[in-house]
Amino acid sequence: MSTPRANIEVLPRSVQFSLALGLAALLLFPVVGSDFYVQMVTRMMIMAIFAMSLDLLQGVTGLVSLGHAAYFGVAGYALAFLTPADVPVSLWWSLPLAVAGSGLVALIIGFFVVRTHGIYFIMVTMAFAQMVFYLFFDNKLLGGSDGLYINFRPDASVFGWLPFDLEGRKTFYYFTLALVVLVYVLLRRLLWSPLGRALSGIRINEHRMRAMGFGTRGYKLTAFSVAGALAGLAGYLWGAQTGYVNPELMGFHMSAHAIMMVILGGMGNFAGAIVGAFAFEYLLHVFKDITKHWQLLMGGFIVLVVVAAPRGLLGMLGQRRAAKTQEDPHHG
Amino acid sequence: MDFATFLIQLLNSVQYGLLLFMLAAGLTLIFGIMGVVNLAHGSFYMLGAYLGYSLSGQFGSLTLAILGGAVLAVVFGLALEWLLFRHFYHRDHLDQVLLTFGLIYIFEELRSILWGDDVHGVAIPAMLDWSIALTDTLSYPVYRLFISGVCIALALGLYLLISKTRLGMKIRAGAFNRDMAESLGVNIKLIHATVFALGVGLAAVAGMVAAPVSSVYPNMGSSVLIMCFVVVVIGGIGSVRGALISALLVGLVDTFGKVLLPSMSGMLVYMLMAAVLLWKPEGLFKQ
Repeated sequence: MSTPRANIEVLPRSVQFSLALGLAALLLFPVVGSDFYVQMVTRMMIMAIFAMSLDLLQGVTGLVSLGHAAYFGVAGYALAFLTPADVPVSLWWSLPLAVAGSGLVALIIGFFVVRTHGIYFIMVTMAFAQMVFYLFFDNKLLGGSDGLYINFRPDASVFGWLPFDLEGRKTFYYFTLALVVLVYVLLRRLLWSPLGRALSGIRINEHRMRAMGFGTRGYKLTAFSVAGALAGLAGYLWGAQTGYVNPELMGFHMSAHAIMMVILGGMGNFAGAIVGAFAFEYLLHVFKDITKHWQLLMGGFIVLVVVAAPRGLLGMLGQRRAAKTQEDPHHG
Repeated sequence: MDFATFLIQLLNSVQYGLLLFMLAAGLTLIFGIMGVVNLAHGSFYMLGAYLGYSLSGQFGSLTLAILGGAVLAVVFGLALEWLLFRHFYHRDHLDQVLLTFGLIYIFEELRSILWGDDVHGVAIPAMLDWSIALTDTLSYPVYRLFISGVCIALALGLYLLISKTRLGMKIRAGAFNRDMAESLGVNIKLIHATVFALGVGLAAVAGMVAAPVSSVYPNMGSSVLIMCFVVVVIGGIGSVRGALISALLVGLVDTFGKVLLPSMSGMLVYMLMAAVLLWKPEGLFKQ
């Protein structure tokens, strides 16, 4: 079994500066961008949350989950079930409930998958996610292959007072942006907490962590559940934005896209996941614009990235750092 | 369930299980020997089915279609191994996942360009298009027995190849200790290419013989891939014997689940996998 590659956890000044610039650009964007692009960037930000949640597993803990879309989709469906046909559902309880639901599903599936390693982990996460996919796909009560419509975005009012209205495109945009920042800050904090350090330790050498007395299975299960819950946050937002959920959201392509985003941006520091999500969604948009055979371009691009093996856009910086400090002896 | 129905379901589950075994054997060999996760394995099954569809239309003969299709698929597999896969034997699983995921995209689109997105039926050859009467009202199609026969013959061939021949000895040596085998003069690159081509060939033939029963359709590769993963996880990676037993087990659970518990048949196989993981996280027959 091989350990995933070295990653940069301490962001270089230049990257921190770029992130601040990016945040400023995102804050200003709705002022200049057209409705179409505001929606597109909103979607990119939602995918950024999804990618960050996977990075906690993939980049920090070294667990390659090929079924992460399951938790994304579960929360989207939760919103669809919670929203009545004729009125919006309250944001304040439906969001926590959907996120907790995804976390719970991740906890249950995680209980089985964290017992496995390496290749098994990849296959088992994919198999369980596919089980969730077929559960919804085959079941008329759950919407079947057609999916479900969500007629209203969640309602943010508190006792009759409406602080912001998510039905507005720009308001939804800023709401999503705030959550991106919140998730990023939380995950960065987590990375440097004792839990985060233990998870990094598991990536680098799980045997050694166990020998030091860490119950690595529990740590991995915690990471898996937290990642699932955060994926659920992204899925909830997706459902709210598009007003529609279908089984494809939990499909294997969605999971693989998330992996690709994390790789593309660079693993293990959450900033890369954000950059990767934006880059990947933009590419998808470009490819679909060029040809109806966009899958050919996407596939070719993915193969090219892996063959040329850059460690992501931010990861290239990390490669230099890793070479200097040699923090990961498994990969030079 | 009366005895005749039971018998039919039993035969169906064995046939399905054997078909899964053909796929899982290739997958598990490629894992076990080269350490490569191949998500595109289902695409080879799909390729086989579509090749079978075109070739049987061309030749009007299923035997020729299977032979010709197998050769084409193996050549294709060898080219792919030489071009891409051999560079990935030492990369991490993540890279392999991405590479083969990219390939799935490419294969799906090529399939769409070459064959379109419609569902195609494949005719059962006239010689095999009849049924054996089990009771007055129930009969069993001979073609399904033919599928099982092909699978059993290939499984036997695989067993003999691996356990009795010189090539098989080298394959086993390479799987056991690559460096040692190499220093003893085994051409490990050749072995890897052979195993890969073998895996591709088995998957493609499975697709071809199954085509008349399952018909050929887009995304047929991905659903079968998941089942293969389940089989390999239950059986234990690298164990061909484990793959056989777990494929038959999965075939039984899936087929009888659909009859006895139709409301939750989709879940049963995964529940089986979960149970095995609790009991033996590395599969029943870890090598």
